[in-house]
Amino acid sequence: MEHIKTDICIIGAGPVGLFAVFEAGLLKMRCHIIDVLPQVGGQLSEIYPQKPIYDIPGFPVINAQDLVNGLMDQIETFKPTFSLAERVDTLERLDDGSFIVRTNENTEVHSKVVVIAGGLGCFEPRKPAIEGLEQFEGKGVSYMVRNPELYRDKKLVLSGGGDSALDWTIFLSEVASRVTLVHRGDTFRGAPDSAEKVFDLAKSGKINLILQSHITSINGNGHLKEVTIQGKNNEQTNLETDYLIPLFGLTPKLGPIAEWGLNIDKSAIEVNTFDYSTNVEGIFAIGDINTYPGKLKLILCGFHEAALMAQSAFKYVYPDQKLSFKYTTVYGVNTF
Amino acid sequence: MIHIKVEDNKGEVQDLEIPEGINLNLMETLKAFEYPLRATCGGMALCSDCHCQVLEGWDNLPEAQEQELITLDTRPDATGASRLACQIKLSEAIDGLSIRLIGENE
Repeated sequence: MEHIKTDICIIGAGPVGLFAVFEAGLLKMRCHIIDVLPQVGGQLSEIYPQKPIYDIPGFPVINAQDLVNGLMDQIETFKPTFSLAERVDTLERLDDGSFIVRTNENTEVHSKVVVIAGGLGCFEPRKPAIEGLEQFEGKGVSYMVRNPELYRDKKLVLSGGGDSALDWTIFLSEVASRVTLVHRGDTFRGAPDSAEKVFDLAKSGKINLILQSHITSINGNGHLKEVTIQGKNNEQTNLETDYLIPLFGLTPKLGPIAEWGLNIDKSAIEVNTFDYSTNVEGIFAIGDINTYPGKLKLILCGFHEAALMAQSAFKYVYPDQKLSFKYTTVYGVNTF
Repeated sequence: MIHIKVEDNKGEVQDLEIPEGINLNLMETLKAFEYPLRATCGGMALCSDCHCQVLEGWDNLPEAQEQELITLDTRPDATGASRLACQIKLSEAIDGLSIRLIGENE
């Protein structure tokens, strides 16, 4: 178990979470950031890294990933620490008012302030509507490939038509005893090279490729044993398998944060616009995850919210000190 | 007026009347009518939150572009009648469209 002590625990490494590190750093507060994705940047890196953004002040146009890279450069001086590819699970409030945030990887972050900058929530795998799917999770059904060796000499069924379904089909065809890829369409629109390779593997008999079909049910006795595949004419085929890996991308869900006693309206956390504090003392919510009258889900609004949040967070981190407002143009950026 | 019939995720059907000349796509229009579409990507055909099935009027729709087709490929519930509402520009040409919303809500 990893135990981290810091001033502010930020949940979410999107642009607003990253900029919160800067605003906190100016006030000598250290930050640790947790994000479920394996990379920083949130939606910008995960959904639209190559899209241009036109409403960041000072940048007539900036590519989303370039903005993330610029923010990482900007906060480097404040030496933030990160737990990436970890999902925040629980929050505990200690008697002295500080918090312990725990992740699914048993990381514990002890902080005086918690800032939720979780965007639209925690990115989780999109699950196909197959009855009983969840009861086989971890018992033959998984939504990502963590350890390919698990599948050595096993029978696998993958479903999906995106790049990850293609890439893992190609990779696992060398590992598993049999790989079957089930796809609703009859073509793949992902990377043309990968699609061609998958068709070649099917032609040479190295994989089974079942097009214009989808999985309708799964069976097993404690562990997955069989999937039922329905074709375009509604014909059904049963296929024995050890594992099923549905690969349909990621979709954000609010997740465990919904259970923390925060006031929530339509999957967003209600805040006081004075400082973007929530109804729980010491917890703030900034960026797309909060809501208030007049809320606009814009990155630039999240930056503003981060600045105001930091002013109020200061009193939890340094309860005995008086905060005096300072311009970076006068005092510069003083590193830790 | 442009008439669109919308069945929401709960099965409730509503006939919408939308004045012509509004420069919006169908996802933005539905949000304006207070359908709680999440629309994570804001209309870039990248998230599929505004996934809908076209029940009537398919032939009047503009053809789906590459990005929309790539994104629909990642939906487990996509069918031959699937479209992303954010990629359908509102115009007189789509008058009489009937859709069922099956994407993610807020």
